[in-house]
Amino acid sequence: MAKRFLRWEWLLVALIVVMSVVNTRLSPFFLEPTNLLRASSDFMEIGIMMLPMVFIIITGNIDLSVASTLGLSASLLGYLHNAGWNIWLAAAMALLAGALCGLLNGALIARLGLPSLVVTLGTFSFYRGLAYALLGDQAARGYPEAFTLIGQGRLPGTRVPYALLLFIVLAVIFTLVLRGTRFGRYLYAIGNNEAASRYSGVPVRRIKLMIYTLSGLMSALAGMVLAARFGSTRPDIGSGLELTVITITVLGGVSIAGGVGTMVGASLSLLLIGITRFGMGLMNLQGQVQGIAIGALLILSILLPQVGGWLAKRHVWGRATLLPVGAALLVAVAFGWFFFWSRGLMLAAQ
Amino acid sequence: MSDAAPVIEARGLSKAFGGVHALRDVRLAARAGEVLALLGENGAGKSTLIKIITGVYQPDAGEILLDGRPARFTDTRAALDQGVAAIYQEPSLFPDLDVAENIFVGRQPIRAGRVDWRTMYEEAGALLRRLGVRLDPRIKARELSVAQMQMVEIARAISVNARVLIMDEPTSSLTQGEVEELFVIVRQLRDSGAAIIFISHRLEELFALADRVTVLRDGAYVDTRPLAGVTTEDLIRLMVGRDLAELFPKQHVAAGELALEVEGLGLPGRFSDVSFELRRGEIVGMAGLVGAGRTEVAEALFGVMPAASGHIRIDGHEVTVSGPEQAMALGIGYVPEDRKQHGLVLAMSIAQNITLPTLRRFARMGWLSGAAERRSAAEDATRLEVKMSSLDQPASQLSGGNQQKVVLAKWLSTNPQVLILDEPTRGIDVGTKAAVHQLMSQLAAEGIAILMISSELPEILGMSDRILVMREGQISGRFSRAEATQERLMAAATGTG
Repeated sequence: MAKRFLRWEWLLVALIVVMSVVNTRLSPFFLEPTNLLRASSDFMEIGIMMLPMVFIIITGNIDLSVASTLGLSASLLGYLHNAGWNIWLAAAMALLAGALCGLLNGALIARLGLPSLVVTLGTFSFYRGLAYALLGDQAARGYPEAFTLIGQGRLPGTRVPYALLLFIVLAVIFTLVLRGTRFGRYLYAIGNNEAASRYSGVPVRRIKLMIYTLSGLMSALAGMVLAARFGSTRPDIGSGLELTVITITVLGGVSIAGGVGTMVGASLSLLLIGITRFGMGLMNLQGQVQGIAIGALLILSILLPQVGGWLAKRHVWGRATLLPVGAALLVAVAFGWFFFWSRGLMLAAQ
Repeated sequence: MSDAAPVIEARGLSKAFGGVHALRDVRLAARAGEVLALLGENGAGKSTLIKIITGVYQPDAGEILLDGRPARFTDTRAALDQGVAAIYQEPSLFPDLDVAENIFVGRQPIRAGRVDWRTMYEEAGALLRRLGVRLDPRIKARELSVAQMQMVEIARAISVNARVLIMDEPTSSLTQGEVEELFVIVRQLRDSGAAIIFISHRLEELFALADRVTVLRDGAYVDTRPLAGVTTEDLIRLMVGRDLAELFPKQHVAAGELALEVEGLGLPGRFSDVSFELRRGEIVGMAGLVGAGRTEVAEALFGVMPAASGHIRIDGHEVTVSGPEQAMALGIGYVPEDRKQHGLVLAMSIAQNITLPTLRRFARMGWLSGAAERRSAAEDATRLEVKMSSLDQPASQLSGGNQQKVVLAKWLSTNPQVLILDEPTRGIDVGTKAAVHQLMSQLAAEGIAILMISSELPEILGMSDRILVMREGQISGRFSRAEATQERLMAAATGTG
């Protein structure tokens, strides 16, 4: 099994290299550290929400409410700020609210045994609705500079954004927890066979409560970073990000069926989607085309193990080691071609 | 012997999976009008052999002859088209299609471009009558019992004029009566000229049904003999390659202090007023028919589905068991009936399965020590003599008997004081079975109190100090080892006593 993960991660690395080369050829600005680092900020909220999402999907569950939780906690921040609260106190309340949102998800799923897809589909609307109820159509503005620094500031003397630093620290912690702890082992066990885990004394309910609460807390943290970056909050803040988060997680090799996946794979996937989007942005490609490209990438990469398995079964190549390389090339070429083609499409349209 | 040319013959079959030889130079020949038993411990290569004969796997070497001519089955469909059909332990019907549709699936009679439903139901009805099965062809497969599903599969095999019918442990989930009915049909098929290859772990069934037996051991061919001249002991010796000292190695252990007392335990709709006690060093057998509530009582004691009423006392102290985690802390271990669903996380490694309930021991501030974990898992696996290529091998790759050993290793590692074993030897080979019984005796001698649920009366009679019988959610009989007989237990289990 470990071998399989490794191969998947190498495939992502190959795609990242291909995308970087393509981007560099298309735009001379791509490789500038300033640009790259600035571009990374756009992805830190997504990355922060992705970390607990990996936990949740490994257990064979899902959380569709992350972006709504982000919206609710950012809106609560704005609401309390408008009401004259100290910004740090307001942020602490917003984080608490996010954790409570997650706890509610977890309680409905773990205690009542409801399917996570339905529960979080419900709270997806519910939490976003609460965000609108708090702020109405208004935007909350005027956060103090000390707060906006979280989203906009850089480490003194460097060009490294605080948000990137925050993500890296969190990613390292999450990776270590998943790989090296009892908690991480339980996540895989639950995802592979929840009943057998329960019969083995794994505290399945408690673990589910914990990961959903964690997801709520991280979503709220992402909300703080995003609000700080924008310097304002509207109730629709972060709408639709949940699908990006799930897409990245699945593309990172975390099986939607549960039991399989690594934090490294998901992080590589985040990087891949990040530089793909950034490259497209540099070329002024519209959001729709970006959507097509990322959708195609997801489907191709999910197709890939199937194709690989099919080829291996038919003995087209004797050596199984050739397969991932060949498959990676196939996807990379297909994707590069699509990239050029879509660019031509945009130019023709102009 | 002129009419004894084999319908199907396998010669020199070999198959390896990634360096592990599942089969080496195996042969087998079944004649028309005979039942050939295929016998071997789990992991002996029976399943691989069957899968090659039915086209699921392709052999690395060797050939298959059908009516003396070389045949090549690229997949199961090709085998079926040439008259080789197989019926497995778990029937594979489409639950939402009816009986007739399942019989004719993929080959429905067509008239004017549409399925000819009338002809289909008529033919299905005729087939079932020929088998002597009373079954409405319009019933959905989901509503059938396992035995009825097998009848449908047999009907399907007959409808394609199968000349070779392979039956892989068809009796393992049937009741005694259903087994008898199945045998009547199998004999009928045999008499009409089909060659039948029959796999079962129950030796008495082979004596009742088969004409000859082919024995495999460790992926190699051992011998083929007429069953008329052999004894059970002969077969076991052929299978395991050595004499088994005794099938049920029960040692006498003086019962110690009370370990577990259960009083008036009840769960509405499952069981009621269940009271018994378990002493250290004692093996108490729990017999009864499937569905009598035995597993439910075990699950209540282990906290999987806690009881609604009654008292549980451990070492004299009243306890409430609300979950498996807590049961473990109280020193209760439970080896569940369903190995694959409840016993193991199949995709995880042997080591990870063994340490799953005891991970806390290897964790410091939640951080796992890989070395300590592996050392402990290796000790447990060695103690149980799990046959494996490495501790990192996924549990799914092991044979049934070895999987059961992993489950036992896992629970022994928790140092239980009360061990509940639910069908501990179901579906495992004779050699492993004896090893499990040996282990039970040894654990009892160490002072562990054991509750053994089993549907196999010889096992209950052979291993238990005392026997409880359950019927319809209640304890309907209590026997000492001396007074228990197969007849008395059956009478208590069925309420005919």
